[in-house]
Amino acid sequence: MEDIVLHLIGGLTEAMQPLNLTMIIAGCTLGLLIGAMPGLGSVNGVAILLPITFLVPPTAAIIFLAAIYYGAMYGGAISSITLGIPGASTAVATVFDGRPLAQAGHADRALTAAAVASFVGGTISVLLFTAFAPPLASFALKFGPPEEFALMVLAFATFIGLGGDDIPKTVFSILVGLVMASVGLDIISGQPRLIFGDIDGFLHGINFLVLAIGIYGIGEMLWTLETTRGEVMVHKVTISWQRMKHNCKDIKNYIKTTSMGSALGYFVGTLPAAGATPASLMSYGLAKTFSKDPDSFGKGNISGVAAPEAANNAASTGSMLPMITLGIPGSPTTAILLGGMIIWGLRPGPLLFTENPEFVWGLIGSLYIANFATLLINLAFIPLFVKILTLPFSILAPVIYILCVVGGYAPTQTMHDVWLMLLFGVVGYLLRKLNYPVAPAVLAIVLGPLAERSLRQSLLGSHGDVSIFLTRPISAVCIAIAVALICYPLVQKLQKRRRADTGTGTG
Amino acid sequence: MTVRTAELLIAILLALCSIGLMIKSAELRIDWVPDRGPGSGAWPFWLSTGMLLACLATIVRWFRKVTPESTNLDLFMTRETVLLVGISAGSIVFLLVVTHLLGIYVALFLFLLFYLKFVGRHSWLVTVTMMIVVPIFIFCLFEWALKIPLPKSISEPLFYPIYDLMYS
Repeated sequence: MEDIVLHLIGGLTEAMQPLNLTMIIAGCTLGLLIGAMPGLGSVNGVAILLPITFLVPPTAAIIFLAAIYYGAMYGGAISSITLGIPGASTAVATVFDGRPLAQAGHADRALTAAAVASFVGGTISVLLFTAFAPPLASFALKFGPPEEFALMVLAFATFIGLGGDDIPKTVFSILVGLVMASVGLDIISGQPRLIFGDIDGFLHGINFLVLAIGIYGIGEMLWTLETTRGEVMVHKVTISWQRMKHNCKDIKNYIKTTSMGSALGYFVGTLPAAGATPASLMSYGLAKTFSKDPDSFGKGNISGVAAPEAANNAASTGSMLPMITLGIPGSPTTAILLGGMIIWGLRPGPLLFTENPEFVWGLIGSLYIANFATLLINLAFIPLFVKILTLPFSILAPVIYILCVVGGYAPTQTMHDVWLMLLFGVVGYLLRKLNYPVAPAVLAIVLGPLAERSLRQSLLGSHGDVSIFLTRPISAVCIAIAVALICYPLVQKLQKRRRADTGTGTG
Repeated sequence: MTVRTAELLIAILLALCSIGLMIKSAELRIDWVPDRGPGSGAWPFWLSTGMLLACLATIVRWFRKVTPESTNLDLFMTRETVLLVGISAGSIVFLLVVTHLLGIYVALFLFLLFYLKFVGRHSWLVTVTMMIVVPIFIFCLFEWALKIPLPKSISEPLFYPIYDLMYS
């Protein structure tokens, strides 16, 4: 425990370095803006802006991106409340009560509640993160290739079991991501693989950023264009010192649901398939169930704004836990952060704590500061953010397309990748229209090389005997949970059918 | 085309792609290589086999009308959507083609002119301001700060004086 406190103090000092502090403030502000803009969320911001972080050292870079992640979770609420359109999918639940409050002229009350709840969610989850991360990392040090592979199988199984999407389509998405990761030179034999049409561009593989920017940059913009038709309607926000003081007194009304949502959000966030969106929806449901006045939910109950906002912020920190300690991202955004760490020359996983302590603890320290910074920036500049939201989509869209094109070019500096990115964007958009989930593919392309390496090393060690995954205890447990998760939707379906049968039988 | 038809067509197309990937992977060894473990093609081969099975499952579910998409008779893309999405995707293709021919800065200039003036119908003031500010911002960020040269094609000589200033 003492060690953790000492490391944390070191981390906070690292995060307070002028460059890192500037990165936190810049990241939080940008994150707030990105989160507030309909159609753009943390994952889009992090994917599009990752290439520009090559400018600074890795610690400052991850601090910047984590601050964007954090800020975007706060920012999502701004458009949910003032526009009635969720700024990101993670803020969908905030619309349910945020919009009625804004329509009744209480937009400022809802915005303050969202900011305070996000702060509480962030704080609780960072404390949990600090307590859980070091022991989990030292436990993970025992992992060999079979355990690593089993853990990745488990991560993918969560998408099948808990993702809630069409199962064959989810499986397809995972596998296509893994296949894309195998394009290029084989990691063991060095032979070129899947070089389509003998195009040289494929020799260096498909960079995960090409897929991520394609899907979350171009694909997402096309999606937003279709759903919003480029038109938005902003509710007026009236803010004064007097009203602010009154809003602060409101806090006691939602502090209970906020704390509950924070803890829930953190744990849901650690699961790869779950993340901030389901966490916020579950937290909303929980707040409604435990409320003395459940009927007022959906009509402008302040707890209905606070609960999901606390949960989505807590979930964003939660999703960093498996990324930092196990090298398995807990969300698409952390998948991109993980890919970034590989580009910066770091090896994600438990060794980070011993090999790069200043990086890990700097990041953890920055989360504390980012949380505070975002609260202040958010409360101080709400009117400004609302004004920026009125920016026409036809100005925003071309700027984002340009950032995507240049960002897609920067990592490898070939036009081949930019064309590929455009192709992924359009195909991703079309598949999304048919309910193919895209997040598993992004996670898979990041984890693909690691998964293949650990599988081949395991099999080589066991001379081709696959039972190695079942004879080692940790990997056996992971595989067992993975199988249970994969079977879970089937069991659910059978139960539903049986219930329906008995229902018709008795009725 | 209805959503129902699109669901089937896309599933068939993806199944064919999966078969293509299986064939492509099988060009390498997909069996066990003594002392080296699974052959280079084994991993992508079995993954593509899984992709094919997933597509077949989607096709079976389509025939059994299990998924919401397989019973949805709405248009997959309305005329308005095709227009909106087509203009955006088309303008990015234009941006990339002009980048190949004339370099990225000329392309950015023309892309912004097209998007802001003709799609967004913004005033000349907004259009011209953006046409100047955005390329300068991109240049400063990528070429100057990040030292990543962007493709300039035949417009490269125009930048020689700026390089002289930057690197002198």
